[in-house]
Amino acid sequence: MVMGEFTQETEVLVIGGGPGGYAAAFRAADLGREVTIIDQEGRLGGVCLFRGCIPSKTLLHVAELITETRRAEEMGVTFDPPRLNIDKIRKWKNQVVERLARGLMDLSKNRGVQVIKGRAAFEDSHHVRVQGSDISRFTFKHAIIATGSRATPLPGFEEKRGGRIMSSTGALALADIPERLLVVGGGYVGVELGSIYASLGSRVTVVENNDRLMTGADADLVQILVRQLTELFHAIHTRTRVTSLEEREDGVAVTLEGAVDEPKQVFDRALVAIGRNPNSKDIGIENTKVSMNERGFISVDEQMRTSEPHIFAIGDVVGGAMLAHKAMHEGKVAAETLAGEPAAFDYQAIPAVVYTDPQIAWCGLTEEEARSRNQTVKVTRFPWSASGRAASLGLSRGMTKLIVDPETQRILGMGIVGREAGEMISEGVLAIEMGALAQDLALTIHPHPTLSESEEEVAEAFLGSSTHILPARK
Amino acid sequence: MPVEFKLPDLGEGIHEGEIIEVLVAVGDAVEDGQPILVVETDKATTEVPSPVSGKVAEILVKPGDEVKVGQVLMTFSVEAETEKPKPAEKAAAKEDETAAKMKDEPPQAAAAVPEERARPREEAPRAEERIGPVPAAPSTRRLARELGVDIRQVTPSGPGGRVTPEDVRAFAEKGAKPVAEAAAPPEREEGIPLAPAVISRVEIEDHARWGPVERIPLKSVRRATARHMALAWSQIPHVAHQDVADITDLEAFRRRHKAGIEEQGGALSLTVFALKAAVAALKAHPRFNASLDTAAEEIVLKRYYHIAVAVDSERGLIVPVIRDVDRKSITELSSELRSLAERTREGKTQVEELQGGTFTITNIGALGGTGFNPIINFPQVAILGMAQARWQAVVQEHREPYEIVPRLMLPLILGFDHRVVDGADAARFLNGVKESLEDPEKLLLV
Repeated sequence: MVMGEFTQETEVLVIGGGPGGYAAAFRAADLGREVTIIDQEGRLGGVCLFRGCIPSKTLLHVAELITETRRAEEMGVTFDPPRLNIDKIRKWKNQVVERLARGLMDLSKNRGVQVIKGRAAFEDSHHVRVQGSDISRFTFKHAIIATGSRATPLPGFEEKRGGRIMSSTGALALADIPERLLVVGGGYVGVELGSIYASLGSRVTVVENNDRLMTGADADLVQILVRQLTELFHAIHTRTRVTSLEEREDGVAVTLEGAVDEPKQVFDRALVAIGRNPNSKDIGIENTKVSMNERGFISVDEQMRTSEPHIFAIGDVVGGAMLAHKAMHEGKVAAETLAGEPAAFDYQAIPAVVYTDPQIAWCGLTEEEARSRNQTVKVTRFPWSASGRAASLGLSRGMTKLIVDPETQRILGMGIVGREAGEMISEGVLAIEMGALAQDLALTIHPHPTLSESEEEVAEAFLGSSTHILPARK
Repeated sequence: MPVEFKLPDLGEGIHEGEIIEVLVAVGDAVEDGQPILVVETDKATTEVPSPVSGKVAEILVKPGDEVKVGQVLMTFSVEAETEKPKPAEKAAAKEDETAAKMKDEPPQAAAAVPEERARPREEAPRAEERIGPVPAAPSTRRLARELGVDIRQVTPSGPGGRVTPEDVRAFAEKGAKPVAEAAAPPEREEGIPLAPAVISRVEIEDHARWGPVERIPLKSVRRATARHMALAWSQIPHVAHQDVADITDLEAFRRRHKAGIEEQGGALSLTVFALKAAVAALKAHPRFNASLDTAAEEIVLKRYYHIAVAVDSERGLIVPVIRDVDRKSITELSSELRSLAERTREGKTQVEELQGGTFTITNIGALGGTGFNPIINFPQVAILGMAQARWQAVVQEHREPYEIVPRLMLPLILGFDHRVVDGADAARFLNGVKESLEDPEKLLLV
């Protein structure tokens, strides 16, 4: 039945159903607004749930289990080498994803949030055209752009679906376990996915432009991870560039430039993980007054408003830390603002977690940021070799560090490397958000023996009184 | 050994500047006295000389940065020499020298505000001057937004400067209150109030509650004017004495000689005659060419006649100074005033040209007005305001019978500091100015 063009009216239109988009939509619905989400997959979760955080962490847990069975030998428990059923691992991962995806759809249904499958593009500041949907046009009171980001391709080498050159999406599809895997990019995505494949049996080579891996995190934290990765990976080439990448019948032929013995190598697969670009093209931004910077990130204020006050933008598409939890909080700020609440994205610490083994987690100011800003800070470290809990787990490779303003003694940053660092970092985030002093952390009783004690002890070390490490000699 | 270079104390009213240009790069060898930075200090740009000979080790500022007195701008690495004074001492000495060069007012101005100079250069940030995020729990920050409170304005009571919810509520309840006391109140000495360091900060309510607003940062000339006017108004008991001068003959004289002066590159404006008339009156009444030194409890009489002239520029009000007006002819003053006004409008005046005035003339007449109340250019004693000259029907009282004739009448206002001179003095002073302006021949004699 042809009905001509049908324009639907909605109060809040959210473009993109990733964590930022659905957090915004749910919050707006809870505040009594009528909400529609347009998502190109027609379901909620976005890259994070389907091709990012959740599948990668599911597989990283599998990798960790494999590592644990090997480590158990030292403790007197010997397992036979594990037999890996790749189809079953993939199925397990997909089950985890599906269960969560179903949950999100239930949550949106129960809140009365309408989810439309299609690709949305602004026609003007008040209308959005939708491709691939029965409802071809929306008019809205408020819009929230939550279109996210996509993996940056290596210049000149486009990813082919199912090909040997993959982005993180292809790598997480887990088509097979390649014998030799090249990882281009030593950021957190490269290092995490490299760890998964290495644990599953691939010979992994990591190539990184910079002089070290994980440049966003402090070098002393990364160093402890690199010690582990050197054992896990076949090779790590820093200060090295990929100058050519050719997909052939039998593999990927690569030319490397830098400190490499063999500049020409062949791999079974290559993973390109060199960053992410905002999805701000092809969504009709040019038909509105919404402004972007030269890298395509949408400009917003503290309330996540774009240059059009009734259009908001949140998550990766506005730049900053491209992390799901940041996007979710931005989404809530946008929803509350459009509902007239006095919200603001004024967070003082955004945590980042790398789910390798050991994990790295940090929040607030890093030591290197402080240095580059010429800000005077005092840094204290608590090595996990002094932690009873770490010893009992056989995980003494780890460290907790605290970055403190020496004048006010206020906690400015925290960094952790070691098992469960990601679970522990929230205490640091809370401390910073609350404006806590090092003493507040030191005077808070932490259970013994736990890894979280290291957070108390590192604060004590700042005050010169850690129980398990000797005070600095005067 | 490393030497830090801090922004020197710039003297009266000036506590910060904007970096316009950095003239050196890290690693450059610099000579003592070589220009290294261009700084805009309120109303003029100035080159800042290097305090030492050495190598630039670090540059901590970039163009556009606002810098405060005492802030480290650069560090130098300097070879230690035993014969010469230690570089650090030398740098300090040089800092003062630079400061003297950059000062906006003659030395007595500094003497009038000794606390300014004695205060340590690096103070702990005050409540309202904090930079970066305010330490407060997320719920407290939200509470502040709910109550319409700018959390940066709240005086914290928590440890290490943490703002508590109670602080925010207390602040909201008090509403608009002056918070100048938090900003280190000026000390009082024998009951004489001393110059406040800054414009006192008074909160205003959030006007965005009633409709859209736009906030414009108070910067550069506007900021300097605001500060200087607030200082003058708060320190000086102002009185304005008014009269009207008959400049019919002067105007005829001006028209006769206008073209001739123009040929010589000058502009024969009414202000030129006012300069001359003012000098004559200042010589006859030296207390109007003075400053009050409240610290020393003395009146400083100046034996030179540097007259400041208010110039309306695109950047705002700028008041350059013509030196030694008493020694210059009408022709010379016509040229100098013209070129000074032009350079002022183009923003090309140097700091020195804005300093050292002993008296000020402000002529608003070109724009209209029958009178106004000029604010004295602190720490001067008086200011002469000129409104618009208009043809008026004037009763010539010295003729019998009275005659009504059209005359060109110029309203004059003398703003004066009643601490230094009295109303009768002002009347006598303005009578002198008036007489000079009414009789062009008399002007030639001064």
